[in-house]
Amino acid sequence: MKRISGLKALLYGFLILYAIVTFIPFAWAMSASFKPLAEIVEGGMNFIPKNFTLENYQSIFTRERLFGRWLFNSAFVAVCVTGFNIVFNSMAGYALARIPFRGNRLVFGMILAVLMIPGQITLIPTFLILKSLGWLNTYQGLIVPSMVNATFIFMMRQFFVNFPKELEEAAALDGLNRWQTFWKVVMPLAKPALAAQAIFIFMGSWNNFFMPLIVVSSQDMFTLPLGLNTFKGQYISYWNYIMAASMVFTLPALAIYAFFNRYFVQGVTFTGNKG
Amino acid sequence: MPASSLNSEASRSKKTRSFRFSPSLSGYLFITPALMILGVFLGLPILYAIFLSFHKVEILGEMSYRFVHLRNFTRLVDDGRVWIALKNTAEYVAIVVPIQTFIALMLALVLNAQIRGKNLFRVVFFLPTITSSAVLTLIFMWIYNADGLLNHFLEGFGLPTYNWLGDPNIALKSIMIMNIWASAPFFMVIYLAALQDIPESLYEAAKIDGANGCDRFVNITLPLLKPVTFFIIVMGIIGTFQLFDQSYIFSGGSGGPNNSTLTVVLLIYQYAFKSLEMGYAAALALLLATAIVLATLVQRYLFKEDMPQ
Repeated sequence: MKRISGLKALLYGFLILYAIVTFIPFAWAMSASFKPLAEIVEGGMNFIPKNFTLENYQSIFTRERLFGRWLFNSAFVAVCVTGFNIVFNSMAGYALARIPFRGNRLVFGMILAVLMIPGQITLIPTFLILKSLGWLNTYQGLIVPSMVNATFIFMMRQFFVNFPKELEEAAALDGLNRWQTFWKVVMPLAKPALAAQAIFIFMGSWNNFFMPLIVVSSQDMFTLPLGLNTFKGQYISYWNYIMAASMVFTLPALAIYAFFNRYFVQGVTFTGNKG
Repeated sequence: MPASSLNSEASRSKKTRSFRFSPSLSGYLFITPALMILGVFLGLPILYAIFLSFHKVEILGEMSYRFVHLRNFTRLVDDGRVWIALKNTAEYVAIVVPIQTFIALMLALVLNAQIRGKNLFRVVFFLPTITSSAVLTLIFMWIYNADGLLNHFLEGFGLPTYNWLGDPNIALKSIMIMNIWASAPFFMVIYLAALQDIPESLYEAAKIDGANGCDRFVNITLPLLKPVTFFIIVMGIIGTFQLFDQSYIFSGGSGGPNNSTLTVVLLIYQYAFKSLEMGYAAALALLLATAIVLATLVQRYLFKEDMPQ
């Protein structure tokens, strides 16, 4: 009996230690975002700010006139990308699972093949294609290439394959066509799958660093990760501002995560990849 | 799909007049947006990348291509920076993947036990997974500062301190530590799901046969986790192979100090977008992509063979 409780204590000890190791960088960043620069430079190791201030947060919005714009760009791009993905991936997944059109198998095979292609190979060509379309430094350049995601087409197909056929047949008897059936019957019942998809696509877009880095060069089209990176260059030793900006950037993702927590776990176990 | 079943499907819907479009037509309508985007921004780029890798590309002013046979590929072999990037990337993969897999397994095993506050632990462990690499890198750069939190902490325990960002012997290790810290909990989730799929009855049967906890772990848990472990290792290799954000932000895009954080993807970026040698960069990207596709294929193949039941 005693040995078992000793083991339990060991397990808790391990978990708590690991939780602390995970949490400290965030706590430390958060704490710095509420400290005046002087207190940071002093080098005290206090997690609770001695002179608590909101000045850093006010400053990043006023000093860096583009910060609000970056926040908007990130949000706008992430929302559009998420919306398009949900609609297009689900439509494609549904067609592959349920509509027997000529070439169905071929398309599905192509999507499976495409799942393996790493992003780096398409990077340079995508840049050149966007350049020739005149889409560099534009919202469509940031949004259109990411409107569809093969991983989630595959996921939606798997979801729809197991979807009860009777519902669609009932809808057909009620005189709904495919399009109406899809929107009025199928999609509302696919909400859990859509939520898992939404959270992954949103986070992927919100946190994406690489694509904006090559698509965008003018500062007013920056998304937050890029903005943050130049911010670092500009305010190189103003860690108070950099940490405040980092917190502003992290908060929306955290809120969405908290809201969709359950689906996030489903999504991780399904897709097995980040972003 | 055999033609006969397509026809019967079509005539059935015509008869009932329920689906007004023919199945084929509505199928195309549903799939077209996805196909167009995937075609233009995935299919076309793959072919384009192969084309580029055999050309010298001029992108300033009028765009032009000059066919250079295999010169881009032969140049790769003589390029010292390619070898440095490969060496760094290989070292990175070889150290990060085993450690993060091990930690992920440990965390999952502990969390799978009868533990109170599981959900709280999960939420904390997930924090790095949902935080952007840009933010994580900035936070760690600050913690790694010469007089930053980590060095103060090490000093406090009388341990040696390091110049985490500036020392060429340490800089890549700093990124490794951060990456392991950030991605182990992510793989933990996959392990957790797999652990929950192991039927309790197996353990009970083993208990009746007199197997102790250690036996049960070695003879039931580990073998049943083998496919997932394999999956996680390959995912880890593919992920670490593509390291870019962290080394880009850490080094301000240079791969420094002294090329110590130069990775293959960062090198591709530098050649393509700094020195504008698109053809040469495409050749390097093709090399990396081939390696990744091979890893994925091997994984697909073995993973299928190795599935339980």
